[in-house]
Amino acid sequence: MTVTPLGIPRRLLEFTLDGDPVRAPEGSTILDACRAAGKDVPTLCEGDTLTPKNACRVCVVEVEGSRTLVPACSRRAEPGMDVRTGTERARHSRKVVLELLASSVDLSTTPRVAEWLKEYEAKPDRFGPDAARLDEEPRVDNDLYVRDYAKCILCYKCVDACGDQWQNSFAISVAGRGFDARIAVEHDGPLTDSACVYCGNCIEVCPTGALSFKSEFDMRAAGTWDEARQTETTTVCAYCGVGCNLTLHVQDNEIVKVTSPHDNPVTHGNLCIKGRFGYQHVQNRD
Amino acid sequence: MDLHFGDSKPTDDERAAVDALLGPPESSWEGADRSDADLRWARGGREARDRRDLLLPGLHAVNDRIGWISEGALDYLCRRLTIPPAEAYGVATFYAMFSLGPRPSTVLHICTDLACTAAGATRLCTEVESGLGPGSGVQVERSPCLGLCERAPAALVIRAGETARPAFEDEARSGPKGGPGAQPPGDDGGTSRSSEAESGGGKGRRGRKAQRSTAVCAPATPDTAIQAATAPETAPPEPPPTTAVPQAGTPTLTLLHRMGTTDPTDLDDYRANGGYTALRRAFAIGPAAVIREVTDAGLVGRGGAAFPTGRKWQATASQPDHPHYLVCNADESEPGTFKDRVLMEGDPFALVEAMTIAAYATGAHHGYLYLRGEYPRATARMEHAIAQARARGLLGDDVLGQGYAFDIEIRRGAGAYICGEETALFNSIEGYRGEPRTKPPFPVEKGLFGKPTVENNVETLVNVLPILTMGAQAYAAIGTEKSTGPKLFCVSGSVARPGIYELPFGATLGELLGLAGVRDNLRAVLLGGAAGGFVRPDELDIPLTFEGTREAGTTLGSGVVMAFDDTVPLPRLLLRIAQFFRDESCGQCVPCRVGTVRQEEALHRIVDRAGADARADITLLREVGRAMRDASICGLGQTAWNAVESAIDRLGAYE
Repeated sequence: MTVTPLGIPRRLLEFTLDGDPVRAPEGSTILDACRAAGKDVPTLCEGDTLTPKNACRVCVVEVEGSRTLVPACSRRAEPGMDVRTGTERARHSRKVVLELLASSVDLSTTPRVAEWLKEYEAKPDRFGPDAARLDEEPRVDNDLYVRDYAKCILCYKCVDACGDQWQNSFAISVAGRGFDARIAVEHDGPLTDSACVYCGNCIEVCPTGALSFKSEFDMRAAGTWDEARQTETTTVCAYCGVGCNLTLHVQDNEIVKVTSPHDNPVTHGNLCIKGRFGYQHVQNRD
Repeated sequence: MDLHFGDSKPTDDERAAVDALLGPPESSWEGADRSDADLRWARGGREARDRRDLLLPGLHAVNDRIGWISEGALDYLCRRLTIPPAEAYGVATFYAMFSLGPRPSTVLHICTDLACTAAGATRLCTEVESGLGPGSGVQVERSPCLGLCERAPAALVIRAGETARPAFEDEARSGPKGGPGAQPPGDDGGTSRSSEAESGGGKGRRGRKAQRSTAVCAPATPDTAIQAATAPETAPPEPPPTTAVPQAGTPTLTLLHRMGTTDPTDLDDYRANGGYTALRRAFAIGPAAVIREVTDAGLVGRGGAAFPTGRKWQATASQPDHPHYLVCNADESEPGTFKDRVLMEGDPFALVEAMTIAAYATGAHHGYLYLRGEYPRATARMEHAIAQARARGLLGDDVLGQGYAFDIEIRRGAGAYICGEETALFNSIEGYRGEPRTKPPFPVEKGLFGKPTVENNVETLVNVLPILTMGAQAYAAIGTEKSTGPKLFCVSGSVARPGIYELPFGATLGELLGLAGVRDNLRAVLLGGAAGGFVRPDELDIPLTFEGTREAGTTLGSGVVMAFDDTVPLPRLLLRIAQFFRDESCGQCVPCRVGTVRQEEALHRIVDRAGADARADITLLREVGRAMRDASICGLGQTAWNAVESAIDRLGAYE
């Protein structure tokens, strides 16, 4: 029997969202309230299993009385707040942020970003052909996963997942400063010389596909990756007694990727190297 | 925490540099040789992790000694402090003054910022580079503002070596007092230059090594800069800080009255000239009354944000969480600002006293002075002043015999403008990357080490002394109704007498420039530094108050007043400002990280264009600038477009 912890009942607070009165449990963020009200606010660096870092600034909204726009993902709702999500000012910042990202980073594998670029009429090309980009070669230094930092938007999610929020391995950090800042292990060496334990929890939270399974990376390179042909089957990991849920992504009767449901009370989306990468025996048909 | 280390080992010199800061390691868990006892228990853990804030001093220790930070040195430091190497690498690469790759032991920083460029820094750089030639053992680096704008163009030499305590260059009488200034004169001669050539440092042999040495060369010529870089210990002494105060000796001065009349290394002289009367009054009236005085005086922060100091103190003092911390922000890096440096060099005891009062009022027993890494003399002066005050019972367990404990710790910055942002400064002290935090929570609630913290600028704190000696009413009578008290202005550029000027709030820009002797053919005045804005020569009647500049659509910022004549092409200045923000953005949020790059690219494209040719890029700049202002996390990104916008709108640049 699964017991869902209910916790202490939280008080509801009232505030105004786009002119409508809304009620949200105390402690919830503006983004939580927006989602509850069915409003679509774009997010990139926000993660459902992580503390908001509010680095990407694509979720900014206008709050009455605030000098600057505020990030919906991290600002907690306060009673009496007057929040507007679709003002010209907020939409302008979202548009420019999307343009800045799309002009400097390869967003081809970022879910929903094409849709947002269209919605906000963003034109990343207008910075000209000489606009600086993150020209990085994919780093293939191990058999399990690939780091393609040309796709990295520096959302800090992998660093947080590797560090004190989940794995406590502290194998990666942001190094350098400004536009030259990159995710790196110590001395920017290969992953195999680092503290990495290959849990793959950084892949689980990566919003852009900068971190991906080697299997996915190879199939994309070969042009055989096709999510439409994939099925997802959630099962229980058989390696130990913890009982982590695995979601097996299967294409053409082969496991191509393993994730874990983020709302699972055991894993919160996290796995270990065996659950994440140790599936080859399933496919051994001899 | 299960840390992973590589195979790199520190050299003896690197190990010695770290051990000099942290003491010898106690077990192999901390990097010592393994003994049987180590197999029985593990030491370190939480105790070691609690020393994370020593990471930045540790990086400084290695960099000071060797000139750069090797893999082995970083690993050893991480072992000593139980820090994951990846995180320490992220921290070390954040700061401009550290190098993670081999470099010569001597680095010559030549300021190429606004005032210095106007004074010919570009030519200075090329001539110094060609004069030094290859294999000189000196690395030339183009630096953002070094805070020596009154003596532009400026250069700073830092030579790595065994820690020599910095000498007081201009004080002949520092000898018998002891303290950091009392370095035996013959200590760094002879052998020092011979071993200086080894750039990798640390061959592991014992014996005399080059001494660490710094020299400031301003105004610099190619010859003096090269001479200072090749032999910093014999470089001519810096002129005394008083030379940066053209008004020195004027009896009407409030904040600068000790400049030139009081020996900044002599505590007795300081006391004879009114020192420590404010602290005595503070003890007499109690913490709550001190806060009331500061509130009634109408003091607001002088660092640029102009937040009411009394309110900040009250909010911190009333927090139930303990301990409370006091942080003095002396990471003065706004281009064109040098007032805090002059205050610390010329009147260091005043800051010690003011910090003690602020801490007493807010219930803090530990104060941090976060001092800019590019200020060697200010660091030496403050170290000396703190040591003197400690020796005389003015800091320590029982300040002035009042049963109140307070001490000050200096933390050196390492070349990052962003660390002047209050929450980035906390992260920097704590040993993390100097990235701003999300507010709320505000520092008064959760600041340094997550505890209630009051953070004030140097000039703000120094203003507390006259408030207490004169009384709030008399202080509030100075200046205007909304901007009370005296204000320091950093005047530089095209003026005859650049320097720090003290004027009551309300004087006009024209009066100030008149005092400084503004030259003819004035083209523009930059108020507030790179984060400020330009005004036209026909706007000299702007009153220098917070409300007056706001009304005029500009800002007072940190008090920078930089005059430019028509010999400097405006687009070049704007490009330099944009380069500054691109270099100094921490990279945390997208609008600033990429926006500052796009801003620089656009300004680069139109540097020689005007009118219709520039129009498309100016539209682009406006859109990017607006998003940076609205959506950036901190003040750096929010103000990165201010100066450029004002130049386009007010000065008609590119028309």
